[in-house]
Amino acid sequence: MFACLHVCGRRASAPTGPAAGLSKIAEAFSPWFEQTAPDTIVFPIDGLKRLYGKPEQIAQAIAQHAGAAVNVAIAETAESAILAAHNFPGITVGPELDHLDISTLPITEEMLETLDTWGIRDLQELAGLPETGIAERFGEAGVHLQQLAKGATHRPLRVFQQATTYDDRIELDHPVDLLDPLLFLIARMLAEQCEKLQAHGMAANEVTVHLELDDKTEHSRTLRLPIPMRESKSLLKLLQMDLEAHPPQAATLALSLSLKPVLPRTVQTGIFLPATPAPDKLELTLARIRGIVGENNVGIAELMDTHHPHPYRLAASQPKITDSQPWTDRQAFRYFRPPIAAKVELQRDRPARIAALGIYGKVLNAAGPWRSSGGWWTQTVWNRDEWDVTLSYGALYRIYREPSQNWFIEGSYD
Amino acid sequence: MNPYAALTTTFGFRPDTPPLETLPTGVASLDALISGFPRGAISEILGPESSGRTTIIHALLAASTSKFEICAYVDTDDSFDPVSASAAGVALSQLLWIRCGHNAGHALKVADALLHAGGFGVIIFDLCQISTKVANHIPISYWYRFRRAIENTPTILALIEKEPLARSCAALMLAMKRSKTVWKGAPGFELLRGVEFEAASRKPVRQAAANLNAKAI
Repeated sequence: MFACLHVCGRRASAPTGPAAGLSKIAEAFSPWFEQTAPDTIVFPIDGLKRLYGKPEQIAQAIAQHAGAAVNVAIAETAESAILAAHNFPGITVGPELDHLDISTLPITEEMLETLDTWGIRDLQELAGLPETGIAERFGEAGVHLQQLAKGATHRPLRVFQQATTYDDRIELDHPVDLLDPLLFLIARMLAEQCEKLQAHGMAANEVTVHLELDDKTEHSRTLRLPIPMRESKSLLKLLQMDLEAHPPQAATLALSLSLKPVLPRTVQTGIFLPATPAPDKLELTLARIRGIVGENNVGIAELMDTHHPHPYRLAASQPKITDSQPWTDRQAFRYFRPPIAAKVELQRDRPARIAALGIYGKVLNAAGPWRSSGGWWTQTVWNRDEWDVTLSYGALYRIYREPSQNWFIEGSYD
Repeated sequence: MNPYAALTTTFGFRPDTPPLETLPTGVASLDALISGFPRGAISEILGPESSGRTTIIHALLAASTSKFEICAYVDTDDSFDPVSASAAGVALSQLLWIRCGHNAGHALKVADALLHAGGFGVIIFDLCQISTKVANHIPISYWYRFRRAIENTPTILALIEKEPLARSCAALMLAMKRSKTVWKGAPGFELLRGVEFEAASRKPVRQAAANLNAKAI
């Protein structure tokens, strides 16, 4: 059996009106309920019989809890309970719906007009019509309406579920200076939240630790994970490395942890595909490497559509498999970063001799100048003449001259 | 008892190991010489400036990424050029690039972390531009540790350098030499067309050498 609560009156849909508390009333009687409209809620009452007794007593208990502004109806099916709560004031148990007007059903204007011309006025008359005839004239919608009129519609409830949060907070008795005791607490919180994620079939792609400090300031760190994870040990290690790199400036009084839930990553693996680093393990390795070489020095090179001498950037992301091509016989280049300042002797405006730190010699062959400039509208302006040169001992370099007549060795062909 | 077997048991020599699986580079002459880079072992590519060390490395990376493997480039002196690597066929999205800011100590730690993480097809350790003084200060134990870390894994650790560093820990040692630089055009109007290299296998020792050509980018 099902109970339906419907708030009647004009103030029903007001944000502070009785409808606002409907879900709390329903929660007091059943963990599963469906809110069919802002002012209507329906839930099963089979489990309440041992607590309250007969349906009438259950209805009384609900009405007492809900107040006078709410209609309470109890019926065999959820749809019948909804119809009764909408059309009968006060408490209704096992309602007689036969004489209700057909306009009380969720019916279209066109169907209502047709039924009216047939002389069908109430639910009893609609229920009495032959089902095949209804199906021929109105299709599936007509059959559904007739089932509603008969009170024979059985459907599962679309149960309302509150959004689950994966947050936790601890207030400490004494300020904590050191990172290790803090990590001990974070480990406990993380383990609980990761268990919750596991139980709900979710993973987290963002972890935030918020520390309230003794000097009235706050310290917050957020890890944005490239792949959703739910292994508390991996997350703890990542947080540990992040907090070691960015420690709080004072003792901690309270800490809160928040995980952003997302669906876990699903991957189709193949028996003939080569083994690649496990993403969570790789993320830990990358975090460790970032701790050694700095955050901006690890990632994937991305080429940019520009004529800039360095048309690439380092994107801080994990490597991923893409379509690739076999080797093509192109010569490799190696940069000297920063470029090496050089003294270049010219003969007929062509480099004839180079002298720089560790590199000197007579120029045997030179190709250039290749003039390039651009980006004058940005901070990364460039303007230079490039040359490819072979020195007397055979090494092959790319050199360039800036407008200030300063020469640099950019790198070598290797 | 077989005298060799007796020596093996008496002195604790390592038993004969099966030949290592290799990754061919796609460079026909080089593959004919060494039949590819051995997996689960250290390979050294050495030579002076402009001797084709990086070109070989790009070929190795392209071969690995074309087999859908993830690779890493430990760039001790920030010298990696993604443009020429991409032109050579390296899938940059499959290549993790780590710039170590001229710090060989950091580079060794990074290489150690990558090798122990596992799952990489090829790890390049670029030590071309470190000074001889710094190179001589790298403890030999590092190379034993690295060799141990990748043993029985499909990972190739390739070192590029001027002089041999891993020595006895390396399963392959390629010595590169520049044969010829190809220029075209009249003097004063020349254009760089490419370079020809020669690769000689010092370990295992091979009498023949492989000739390679690379076009200018």
